[in-house]
Amino acid sequence: MSLLSVRDLTVTFGDTAVVGGIGFDLPKGGSLGIVGESGSGKSMTSLAVMGLLPRGAARGGSIVFDGTDLCALTERRMRAIRGDRIAMIFQDPLSSLNPYYTVGTQIAEAYRSHRSGVSRRAARKVAVEAMERVHIKEAGRRVDDYPHQFSGGMRQRVMIAMALSTEPELIIADEPTTALDVTVQAQILDLLAEVRRDTGAALIMITHDLAVVSEVADTVVVMRHGDVVETGSTEQIFSDPQHPYTQALLDAVPRIDDEIGDLRLLSGGEA
Amino acid sequence: MARYLVHRVFGMLVVLFLVSLFTYMVFFLLAPDPAVQICGKTCTPERIDQIRANLSLDDPFLVQFLHFLQGLFLGRDYGTGASAVHCSAPCLGYSFQSAQSVTDMIVQRLPVTAVVAIGAAVLWLLAGVVGGLISAVREGRFTDKFITSLTLGGMSVPNYVLALVLQYVFVVWLQWLPFPQAVPFADDPAQWFLNFILPWTVLAVGYASSYTRLTRANVIDTLGENFVRTARAKGLRPDLVWRRHALRPALTPIVTIAGMDFAGLLGGALITESVFGINGVGKLAADSITKNDQPVIMAVTLLAAFFVVVGNMAVDLLYSAIDPRVRVGAAS
Amino acid sequence: MSISSTELEAAGAPETGALVAATDPRRSVWHTLLRDPSAIACLVYIGLVIVMALAAPLIVKVSGWDPYEFDQTAIDPNLGGIPLGSWGGISAEHWLGVEPQSGRDIFARIVYGARASMLIAVSATALTTVLGVVFGLLAGYFGGRTDMVISRFMEFLMAFPALIFMIAVLSALPADNRQYLLVLVISVFGWPYLARIVRAQTMSLKQREFVEAARASGASRTRLVFTEILPNLRSTILVMVTLAVPGYIGTEAGLSFLGVGVVPPTPSWGQMISSSVSWYSVVPTYFLVPGTFLALLVLSFMVLGDRVRSAVDPGGR
Repeated sequence: MSLLSVRDLTVTFGDTAVVGGIGFDLPKGGSLGIVGESGSGKSMTSLAVMGLLPRGAARGGSIVFDGTDLCALTERRMRAIRGDRIAMIFQDPLSSLNPYYTVGTQIAEAYRSHRSGVSRRAARKVAVEAMERVHIKEAGRRVDDYPHQFSGGMRQRVMIAMALSTEPELIIADEPTTALDVTVQAQILDLLAEVRRDTGAALIMITHDLAVVSEVADTVVVMRHGDVVETGSTEQIFSDPQHPYTQALLDAVPRIDDEIGDLRLLSGGEA
Repeated sequence: MARYLVHRVFGMLVVLFLVSLFTYMVFFLLAPDPAVQICGKTCTPERIDQIRANLSLDDPFLVQFLHFLQGLFLGRDYGTGASAVHCSAPCLGYSFQSAQSVTDMIVQRLPVTAVVAIGAAVLWLLAGVVGGLISAVREGRFTDKFITSLTLGGMSVPNYVLALVLQYVFVVWLQWLPFPQAVPFADDPAQWFLNFILPWTVLAVGYASSYTRLTRANVIDTLGENFVRTARAKGLRPDLVWRRHALRPALTPIVTIAGMDFAGLLGGALITESVFGINGVGKLAADSITKNDQPVIMAVTLLAAFFVVVGNMAVDLLYSAIDPRVRVGAAS
Repeated sequence: MSISSTELEAAGAPETGALVAATDPRRSVWHTLLRDPSAIACLVYIGLVIVMALAAPLIVKVSGWDPYEFDQTAIDPNLGGIPLGSWGGISAEHWLGVEPQSGRDIFARIVYGARASMLIAVSATALTTVLGVVFGLLAGYFGGRTDMVISRFMEFLMAFPALIFMIAVLSALPADNRQYLLVLVISVFGWPYLARIVRAQTMSLKQREFVEAARASGASRTRLVFTEILPNLRSTILVMVTLAVPGYIGTEAGLSFLGVGVVPPTPSWGQMISSSVSWYSVVPTYFLVPGTFLALLVLSFMVLGDRVRSAVDPGGR
């Protein structure tokens, strides 16, 4: 049985449809890459799953998560799922973290709001553990630092720690590596793979970068202009793309495997 | 940090010096002869000469100004020989009208003005922040439009008109509030408090309106920030998202402006204090101006400038205390 | 190659300039305002007050009383001179009632008072704008030492307790030409607030491509400032001006209220309210009439300023 099953999903702003009736499935613990250029509707799809569409946007179709249709839930019930069973990681970690609070506070925030009666100290411990899990050194000390005191890659680690703190079943990562240096990108992708292995969480990776998809996804959904162009296993998409658009995307990224291999060799410690 | 402080304090002193020099000069050049004024109707030329000598009015401008500064920092003597009066620092001279020590007059009235300013500030901050937050999260809907119209009205009514209207409605017509009369706090705290309700309200309305607009604009801006989306993605309750993640960053500029406005009010709320007959620094200023009581005018101008300049600096320090990014930047 | 690219830039310069100028607020602002009922209401009221101010002598002829004329028949000498009849003596004879004690016609004084308010507010705004734009441009465009001197001076003026100082200076000065002095004093303390914004915008405009391109094509400094930078400041200035007028109306009224504004018997709204203070409990219309006129005028300018701002800059707040 699939963890997430999306059918005929539409997102419309007034008369304009930005997502035009798409569907895909994600098994428990599986990983799915949604690939497309900017404006293809891939980010709107992820926000629709989270129920976080901007004001003025309407969603249609069904998003069944573990047997419940998220589209039919009240905002209150959706809130209980959001951040607890489904967590999201955003593109730009600096602007996605509130500059006024320590990272520890922000990591523990999700945990505290979904578990009742958590003491401040217990929440802090959860935050430190989550930070250790994403390999932030001296987590016990850095938990009290502010986001601007971290480097870009470390901030994205904080974001991942934040998503992990509630042990979600599904993590949606919206271009998590785009704002980062190339070497750091590889580290973050490795970390995501590791997290998935350890926790058994399913992953939706939203990206414009096929190289990223080949790293983390079992299944790939290629989107263009709000529609799904092609769906298939990662192997099949890379070896035998059916749609000319997918072909074109692939041509734009030559010798992916080599490059990623090199990058992984380069990856060392990060401040 | 220490260097920064020294730099700021020095700049502050320069501004205060210039303000006092400029003010002193204006009165020296423009105002009618104070000796004639003090002397009154039954004046003889000898008496005028005596006054001039006592106040050293015949000295050149710069000498007089230096004497003024000397009095301020070290204290000074008026007159010579047995009739000499010592005025200890900080000496702001004596009122031409009542011959009272100006320093004493100010010290007496400052607490009253502080009560007026603090009460008003509490009111306008509460109203402004809450109103602005509500308006922002209901952007474009009826509540927002209603609050925004109210703020336009609040900023448009001059405070003396508002003072008269409120006084007429609540004191004369509805008689919900007693007719204002000065009561010391210790004698009758309830009456004392009731007396301040209208002045606080009148002062607060204008500020509250502009703070509401400011808070609204800032919160709307922060609501569009990515970190607010992150907070929502964590499944936080909307009120927590607004209070913690949208309001907190939006408040930083408001705190700075509030500091400035509060400092400005400590220099005296001239109009409100006059209309309600509150014996604070503002009324002292207004009265001294109508009576052309130069030492007092000089003192209240300097006092107001002092508060503005100190407020300016306090706000800068406060700013670095509430914004973690600035905090660390200043320390390193 | 290098020549052609310079030519390209130079040719592109006026075009970009024209593009920016095409967002020139004036036409679209009028268009937006005339479709907004509340903006129209504000414009109508402001227009009314301006007509009142301009045609004061004529209007007063029609209403029958001039602002300085005492009418002892309209007040009750036995009751300390309060107006006869309810509502402060409002009647067919005195449209908005009469002043206590003197019996002067309030309508006539309102009409003449509009003169003082508008004249002072508009002149002060004009002077402030000229000073603010000139010094803001100078500081922003030339930078360096010019900027330092102007900025320091502005900081100094803004640190001044302006209201107290204005009152002190005005009270010390002879009362003969108060109107001019009022305008002067208000402007001296008012221009830094506009100049600060003009300076910041000029500094950022200076870095923009079309200005750089014009400079590269050899345009003189004066030409650059007047043809490239100033036109782009128009909307900022427009917004600041519409918001400055109500501020100065309030300042004039406040100063007159405190007794250092327009000298009696010349009427001004603030001064009328000031003299009504001792009568507020007996003759409430005496402060309500000028108070309402004043508050409505300030409100109209504020609403208008608000609408102009959103018309000029729909995204910004």
